[in-house]
This record gives sequence, structure tokens and C-alpha cells, in this order.
Amino acid sequence: MELFFSQILDGLSIGSVLLLAATGLAIVFGLMGVINLAHGEFMMLGAYVTYVVQSVFRPMGGLVFELYYPVALVFSFIVTALVGVLLERTLIRKLYGRPLETLLATWGVSLILIQLIRSISTAMLLGILLAVAIGYFASRMFTAKFGDRPFLPYITGLLWTAAVVIGLVSVNQFSVIRALASPWFGPRNIDVTAPKWLQGSWGEIAGIELPGLRIFIILLSALMLLATVWFLTKSAWGLRIRAVTQNRQMSNCLGIPTDRVDSITFGLGSGLAGVAGCAITLLGSVGPNLGAAYIVSCFMVIVLGGVGNLLGTVLASLMLGIIQSVVGSGSLLIVFPDMPAAAKGVVEFFATTSMSLVLVFIFIIVFLQFRPNGMFPQKGRSVDA
Amino acid sequence: MKIFRKLLPWILLATAFFILPAILSDFRLNLFGRYFSLAITALAIDLIWGYTGLLSLGQGIFFALGGYAAAMYLTLNTEGEAGGNGIPKFFENYGVDQLPFFWQPFWSPVFTLIALWLIPAIIAGFVGYLIFRNRIKGVYFSIITQAALMVFFHFFNGQQKLINGTNGLKTSTAELFGQLVGSSDMQLLFYRLTVLLIPVAFLICRYFTNGRFGDALIAIRDDEQRLRFGGFNPVPFKTIVFVVAGALCGVSGALYTVQTGIVSPQFMTISTSIEMVIWVAVGGRGTLVGPIIGAILVNYLRSLVSEALPEFWLFVQGGLFIFVVVLMPDGIYGWFTGGGFSRLLAAFGIAPMARTYPQLDEEVAALEDIS
Repeated sequence: MELFFSQILDGLSIGSVLLLAATGLAIVFGLMGVINLAHGEFMMLGAYVTYVVQSVFRPMGGLVFELYYPVALVFSFIVTALVGVLLERTLIRKLYGRPLETLLATWGVSLILIQLIRSISTAMLLGILLAVAIGYFASRMFTAKFGDRPFLPYITGLLWTAAVVIGLVSVNQFSVIRALASPWFGPRNIDVTAPKWLQGSWGEIAGIELPGLRIFIILLSALMLLATVWFLTKSAWGLRIRAVTQNRQMSNCLGIPTDRVDSITFGLGSGLAGVAGCAITLLGSVGPNLGAAYIVSCFMVIVLGGVGNLLGTVLASLMLGIIQSVVGSGSLLIVFPDMPAAAKGVVEFFATTSMSLVLVFIFIIVFLQFRPNGMFPQKGRSVDA
Repeated sequence: MKIFRKLLPWILLATAFFILPAILSDFRLNLFGRYFSLAITALAIDLIWGYTGLLSLGQGIFFALGGYAAAMYLTLNTEGEAGGNGIPKFFENYGVDQLPFFWQPFWSPVFTLIALWLIPAIIAGFVGYLIFRNRIKGVYFSIITQAALMVFFHFFNGQQKLINGTNGLKTSTAELFGQLVGSSDMQLLFYRLTVLLIPVAFLICRYFTNGRFGDALIAIRDDEQRLRFGGFNPVPFKTIVFVVAGALCGVSGALYTVQTGIVSPQFMTISTSIEMVIWVAVGGRGTLVGPIIGAILVNYLRSLVSEALPEFWLFVQGGLFIFVVVLMPDGIYGWFTGGGFSRLLAAFGIAPMARTYPQLDEEVAALEDIS
């Protein structure tokens, strides 16, 4: 029985990570109708930021190193939020009102981010900076000279292509120097050591040990959720965000800067993903492919919980986490050793992490047959739009 | 000129059938055979996405199912593979000594030929009906199909004992008509078969997109709500078109499998299925020619880039996604037919500029100034 409860605790912590990630996804989707398939890669960015912060703190050693984790949390939020804002300003902005297109474009972004993490080196960074600088200033110069002649878009395209080619060549040139060429992270997984105060047990309740890591993750996501709810309901920007969610055009008419609201929301959603990524580093090693593992679960959470509904997101993610952990670990067999043979076969069949996902999916499909719009469907006229 | 346009498809077909095998090396020809088989998948995706507006991110399921059907037949009917007790060798590794029941029918070539499109079709029909019945559409449809894909992936990946799990099934060492499937003669045969099946798939898609059925599909894409108010039930239309697309993907997957020499759960990853969508987007969705062009071009580009700079392909692919979605929403074919080329010429002053409203306004203003 104790094993069962500790499995549930595990499930809760996995569910909490899902919750952090799915909240960001749900806010962005609810507000802007943007399906962000790069969300999983934002989680990956958060994890890598944590890794970097840890590497910076490691030489300091002792007590200072023990405190790296809170700093990493803050940084992973800030960095991913900034990347999110940058993405929104440059790309997502052009695609509003076309959700399926945002899905494809953000998938492109996710591919680029994955490969970037794998192969980024100082040489590459320099090359990218060079290409962006050349492309930006050259196209600015041309715009200044020719205004808006009809050929300008084509010229701009050519200029950017040329800038990318120059960047590529310069990466090649920089790579001659060995120190610049070696990739920072490489394609392999990285490991983050949890600080000492998180390792081990935090006491026990009724004979069940409370592993510090798991409890910390649960507390962290609860705290982040509360902060998000506070931000959305009590702060001025939260009010604006909710107003734009309800009626974009009306809000615009009333003087709410909707484009800035979009940026902030996207930044917030991305930042939450970053925090989720930071939390994942505690659960195991992480790698460039981290995103793909989580993104589908996140979307399942959203479909199950109903779009843009925080309560639904909370319930659905915790449920998914628990099912995955309890069924996937096969602990049902140990808890109920004398179940009928047929049931035993079924339980054994689903008793791996991946097969428990299969079970979750079957559950969702069946659930949607009865409640097609999730646990807590949106009401009102805007539903079908 | 008109005659040339009419003849063009036949010229291309003849080129692919007779001339390419003569001038390309076996390796290149095999690659082209793969691109052509993927073009059938692209057609299927165009049918459901370009015409019906259902962006399915789960076509990899049907693609892989077709591939598995073909591979299972080939594995079973190879002398060396089906050992003394009549079951493929890999089962020995997992201590299985009896052929699982669903392998049994694959002894028969006729059953396999039917199964490789019928099984995907049945599964597509089942999943599709459950989804469409509840009016799940748009983004939700994409997400659910993606989740379904993930489920199938985990299922095939995890079941080592049933279908060799992660390792997949090898077909290149299998035998067909007493010859190795991987031999160049057989590959040429498969290549020619693929070339011939593209027009067949094209005609099937044209049959479904022309006429009243096609109109209904386009109506579903453009405004499903209004179609429903008009007294139509969109569910059967969507289900049928999803089934057809599933079947086409199955055939395509089988052709691809025999030409690559292996089928594995990798066919069902999320990235593969989204990649399929981008072939259609690059070529031009909502046209039947576009997806074929797109599939061949993108895959050719992929081969070129990954031969030269293997690490670079993901950047190119990601960039392609963004470029097509933001700047070229109609794809290559749509760009040409939409007058993109003459607009390009006009922008540089080579062809006369089309007169647009602001210009007309200026002219009126100028006239008023004079008077």
C-alpha cells in the first residue's frame, strides 16, 4: 500500500510538471488561438538554462552552490520568456487567426531550436549574429533608399539569403579555431545535480516517505499556478489579458494595446514552460529531444481539460500524471496481488510508461464521446468560432 | 501550347518510367522511387487537408500500417526467415514459439495485397468516425490525430514479442518470386510499379475532388457550420475522405517499405507525420499537382542537404516550414497559377504592372486636379 501511495506521489509530481507546461500552452491558445508546437522546446530551453546556471555556480562550491536552484528557476523563466516574446514579435504576429498555420510554423521553430541546442558553438553564435546584423542593416538601407517600391520584398529576400550564406561561410571560417568550433552542449543528454537540501526525504506521514524532490516540484507548480492566477485576476495586465481573451476587437477599441498584450501573454506562457523545464531537470537527465516527449501529453491535458480552463487543466494534468505513474509502473499488480487473471493480463499489458500513454489516449477518446469539449467546456457564443 | 499542356503529364510519366531508369544509377533510382511513393501520401494529405480542411498529423499511422502489412508478408514467405517451425527468426530472441494469430493471414499474397490498404482504411474509418461524430475539428482534430499517432508509435515500439518492436521488420533480405527484394531487378520493378500507381492515386483523388462530392468537401473546408445548416451531415463525407486518404497512405507506405528495405516504428513519429504535411504545403495545397511536386522536391532537397551537411537538414526543414507558411501560403504550384511569376517580373518593371485600386484612385484624383 505504501508503494501505491508513493506511486501516486510520483504521479502527482509528473502531473505538476505537465500542469506547469500545459498552463502556459492553454493560456497562449486561449488568448491568441496559437498552437505552439515549440512549447516542448521552450521546456528544453528552461532545462538547459538550469544546466548553464549550475555550471556557473559549481566552481563557487559549498553553500553558494546549494542555492543555485532558485536562481536557475528565475533565470529559466526570464530567458524562455524573452525567447517567447522575440518569437511572438517576429513570427507568430504574422499568423494570427490561422491556428493551423501557427501549428506548422512553430513546428519549424521547434526543429530549429532542437538543432540549435545540439550544434551551437561559439563559431555558430558569431555566424548567426553576423548574418542577422548584415541582413537587418542591409535591408534597412535598401528600405531607406527605395521606400516601398514593388521589387523591395524580393530584394529584401535576396539580401537575407545573402546574409545567411555569408553567415554560413563565416561559421566555416571561425570553425578553423578549435576552441570556437566545439559545441557547447552537443547532442547528448545532460545531467543536473539537485542541491543537497532537495535530495533525500523530507520526513514521513503515516509511514510514507516524502521524497524532497517530488514534494518540491508539487509545491513549485502549485506556487506558480497561484502566481499565474493572481497575475491574471488581480494585476492590471492580467485584466487586459482577460479582456482581450473575451473580445479582442472591443478591447482594441477601448484602447488596450492588444499587440503588447499578445507579447506579454506569449512571454508568460513560454516562461511557464521554462520553469517546467527547470523542474524536469530534477527528475532525470535531459536532452535536445525532451520537448517531443512532453508536448503530446500537454495537448492531451488541454483536450481533456477543456480549452482555456485552468481548473480543467489542473485536474486533467494531475489525472494524467497519476495514471501514467500508477499504471505505467505496474504497481497495481503489487497492491492487488489477487485480482482475476483477465484483469491481470490487461494490467500487465499496460504496465510500461509508454503503454500507459496508450491507456490514457483510449481513456481520452472514450471520454470525448460523452463530453466532446472536455471536462469544463467553454460556454457562450464564441465556442464554435 | 494547349496540346503541349495536355501532353505534358504523359511526357513526364514516360520519362519517369523509361528514361530515368536508363540514366540514373541504381542507388539514385531507388531514391527517386521512394520520393514517388511518398508523393502518394502527399496526395492523400492534400485530399484531407487541402480540400476538406482537416489537418491530420496522424497519417504516419496508416503509412506505417501499410508498410507493416507488406513487410509481414515478405518476412513470412522467405525461406531463410520462416525457420523450421514456420515462424520468422526474430521471434526466437523473445522466446515466442507460436506465430501470433494476426500474423497467420499474411501467409497469403492476396490477403496482403488487400490488407495493405484495407487495414489502414478500416482504422481510419473507426478513428475518423469517433472524432467527426463529436464535431471535433480544426486544431483539436490535429491534436487528437497526433495523440493517436503517438499511441500507435508506443504500441509498435513496445511490443517486441509481436512485431519486433523498435527494430522493425527488414524486407531487403526477404525474397519475392525467388529473388531478393533488395536486388536491383526487384527494385526496378517496384520503381515502375510506383510510377504507375501515382497516376492511379491522382485519378482517385480527382474522382473525389471533382463533382458534387468534391464541392461538399470544399464546403466543409470553407464553412462547415453553413453546410450543416443547409441540411447536410458532414460526418459521412469527412469519414469517407479520411478513409480514402488512409488507404492511399497505406499503399504509399507499402511501396516505401519495399524500397527502403525496412519498416519500423520510426515511420510513426510525430516529426515524420508533420513533415508529410509540409510536402503538401510546399507544393501547393488544394491542387492535386502541387503535392506531387512538393513531395518529390522536398525529399530531393533533403537527400541533397543531408548528403552534404547532415547536421544542417533540421535548420533547412525548420526554415522551410516557416518560409512556406508565412511567405508562400499557396505553395509553389499555387504561386505559379496565382500569377506569382508575372508579379515578380512586374515588380522589376519587366512586365506591365496590374492596375490596382490605389492607382485607380490616384488617376481619378489627377483627373480632378486637371479639371
